[in-house]
Amino acid sequence: MKIRLDHVVKTFETFRAVRDVSLEIESGELVALLGPSGSGKTTILRMVAGLEYADGGHIYFGDQDATDIPVRDRGVGFVFQHYALFPHMTVAENIAFGMKVSRVKREKAAIEARVAELLRLVRLEGLGDRFPAQISGGQRQRVALARALSVDPKVLLLDEPFGALDANVRHDLRRWLREIHRELGITTIFVTHDQEEALDLADRVVILKDGHIIQQGTAEEVCRNPQSAFVMKFLGDANVLAAEVRDGRAYASGAAIDVSGMADGKAELYARPADLDWSAQGPGIPASITRVLDRPDGRRVLATAETGEQLEFDVEPERALQAGDGGFVTLRRAKVFALG
Amino acid sequence: MSATPKRRKPPRVGDGTLFRRLLIGIVLIVGAFLILAPLLIIGVEAFSKGWQVYRDTIAHPDTLHAIGLTVLTALVAVPVNTAFGVAAAWSITKFDFRGKRFLLVVIEIPFSVSPIVAGVAYLFVYGLQGIFGPTLDDYGVKILFAIPGIILASMFVTAPFVARELIPLMQAQGRDLEEAATSLGASGWRTFFSVTLPNIKWALLYGVVLCNARVMGEFGAVSVVSGNIRGQTNTLPLHIELLYHDYQAAGAFAASSILALIAVFTIIAKVALERQGAGRVRRPATRPALVANPAEKTS
Amino acid sequence: MRRNVLPGLRLSLGVTLLYVGLIVVLPLVALVFKAASLGPEDYWRIVSSTRALASYRVTVLSALGATIFNLFFGLALAWVLTRYRFPGWRIVDAMVDLPFALPTAVAGISLTALFAANGWFGSILADLGVKVAYTPLGIMIAMCFTSLPFIVRTVQPVLEDLDPALEEAAQSLGGSDWTIFRKVILPLLTPALLAGVSLSFARSLGEFGAIIFIAGNQPMSTEITALLVFIRLEEYDYQAAAAIASVLLLTAFVMLALTNWMQSRALRYTVRN
Repeated sequence: MKIRLDHVVKTFETFRAVRDVSLEIESGELVALLGPSGSGKTTILRMVAGLEYADGGHIYFGDQDATDIPVRDRGVGFVFQHYALFPHMTVAENIAFGMKVSRVKREKAAIEARVAELLRLVRLEGLGDRFPAQISGGQRQRVALARALSVDPKVLLLDEPFGALDANVRHDLRRWLREIHRELGITTIFVTHDQEEALDLADRVVILKDGHIIQQGTAEEVCRNPQSAFVMKFLGDANVLAAEVRDGRAYASGAAIDVSGMADGKAELYARPADLDWSAQGPGIPASITRVLDRPDGRRVLATAETGEQLEFDVEPERALQAGDGGFVTLRRAKVFALG
Repeated sequence: MSATPKRRKPPRVGDGTLFRRLLIGIVLIVGAFLILAPLLIIGVEAFSKGWQVYRDTIAHPDTLHAIGLTVLTALVAVPVNTAFGVAAAWSITKFDFRGKRFLLVVIEIPFSVSPIVAGVAYLFVYGLQGIFGPTLDDYGVKILFAIPGIILASMFVTAPFVARELIPLMQAQGRDLEEAATSLGASGWRTFFSVTLPNIKWALLYGVVLCNARVMGEFGAVSVVSGNIRGQTNTLPLHIELLYHDYQAAGAFAASSILALIAVFTIIAKVALERQGAGRVRRPATRPALVANPAEKTS
Repeated sequence: MRRNVLPGLRLSLGVTLLYVGLIVVLPLVALVFKAASLGPEDYWRIVSSTRALASYRVTVLSALGATIFNLFFGLALAWVLTRYRFPGWRIVDAMVDLPFALPTAVAGISLTALFAANGWFGSILADLGVKVAYTPLGIMIAMCFTSLPFIVRTVQPVLEDLDPALEEAAQSLGGSDWTIFRKVILPLLTPALLAGVSLSFARSLGEFGAIIFIAGNQPMSTEITALLVFIRLEEYDYQAAAAIASVLLLTAFVMLALTNWMQSRALRYTVRN
């Protein structure tokens, strides 16, 4: 099912949560709505579900205008942030609920078979008669997903699906959700504030800020070509240096980089820790090392430039560097954004 | 984009306009008949024979004596019960000991026992047919059919009031603050007055207000142990009964109006204290633990 | 078990046990002893006399009626007060506590004045051929009044704290309002409803002040058990009073135990492994 948001607006009291958002999601696509809290991502998801109504604009499911269709008729599967499992029902009863209350009457045996099938899909065979209080957080998450899938939804919506879980559980579930999506091919939208989660999982990442879409694209597109300082910073660690653009080149504390086509003026230069390197000789940014942090996959070096700016970069584990060393930070690549 | 924002919320369960209006209507009408009308009629009946009769009833020495006795009872029973409530809450929430659950149940017993049963029970302790009655009588101590009996019976029926407000609250607050204060060298009393009390003061006051209302209004238990001696052992509620059965309905309602006024003030105080957060923590047994609740840590 | 580091256990527990012992337990034990001193035959004769049986009947039936009424009305009131906002809802919310705050004797004479044949409601009902004052119906109304707040006040906080996502989840799965109420909301309210019902019923069984004015107090028809105890006392038949009072006490304890059991059953799904 293809989903289209057309100039959607939502205001709570005086807070403008969503301001004129237009978005198209292809059938079978897995899309992440990524943004900091207050960016409007959950509100958009809830409007697609019909749990909130848009104040302006339209939401289309395929060719049908779904803006005013109430949630119970919209045919969406929603996985709530804290799962919202019915605490007084067993796992199996939770999963069966949607089929039992549906206007489409199903045979008892058919419901049971479907529950068993869903339990297998989410790998919870044998836990059907436990209550939600008796299973782990990761298992509850999977029950919530099975329950949402039970009514054969046209769209699957997940609100911070891994937000309440431990880091290692989160990692496994992420891979597993991707597998399920591939198996079922259902149009899926999920909301997250964790950029790593969005990049790992989604076909397309939609980055939101203050109720606007700032940028969207595949993980590769948004990572390699962030179009604003906000996206650059939001997607990961970045060093920031004051820079000046002159004649198609940006100059920052002794380093320079090509920025052909950019207008002259003040700017900021952004570089990932992996985009910087260390060299005993110039040219580069003169700096001295203040600390070296050892990590399983390499060494993170903290340095202070002569201009006083703090820099962080990664080197191979074999590099012999230590606090107090002087030298130059070199620039492999960077993004430059004009100020103002 | 539409020019005027629509600002609509999807309906929650039971938000249908017709259903909503119908339910509010029914509730308000039944509530008016069952709760409001009894309050209104007190005022109407109290002044049915005019201001003069009202004033005479209130100013009558028997009424004044009944008011005095009611106030005296409250002045003794409420502070004693408050001290008990604090002690019970402190021991139950700050320590672990065997039989704690049982103690909790015993403290709540007076709520489930008929006030008449309470009164009769006291008869068999302090009455002439009771355990201590004959001995006390030998020494000329009179408890039943006298003020001490009234106070004791009132303490029985209101024993749980302060404790039941404090226990759930102090349970929820835990012991960390007190343990920190003690580890810093504060004495037990110091810890209680400067760490515990500021956190429970509204709940404490809440319990005191409710306890007081019940003490002043207690009828069944007191009527068994008081002996109903006009001008001597008649509390205000008993005096109302007396006037009513003397075919002085207007007088009975006049006396009632005082208690009704106290009731209204009690409710106002209750609402004010609830705004301070008192009365919000309830016994957890009655609420399902919502496993999906984000506030709750899941293991 | 955790080691006790805080001071004051001896003092506070000592005060608590002394007070509970002297004020609560001792009188009840004295009552039980008095009743037990009768011997089984006399005891049985007194508690199963036709007048006593009639009083149990009218008390239990009226309490049952009042509790059933309050179950529905209390739930409706709690629902309205948590779900809907209308002008004056705060006043309605505050007024719910009036039956707790208003002394029972005052409630008794007010209800009698309202429902007597010449009262505001009594005169209208009399035209319809319904007699309330001095009938079991009057007893029931007095019980309704005094026990109303129990159900409202036990259900209300649970309803307030109900996670809205549960309803949303049920809606997204296609449930109708009635289905969601029946299958999701009501089961989650059940423990609170049970608690409220049992408090309400227990209070009605023991109520005295509000009832004796409106009841008429005719032996065999409108005489409640609590009043029968009182009458036996006035006749200086202390043993009979003790015996009948012990029946009321026993009922209260059975109710208490029953409630605890039903609640733990209704909440069994919250027990973790």
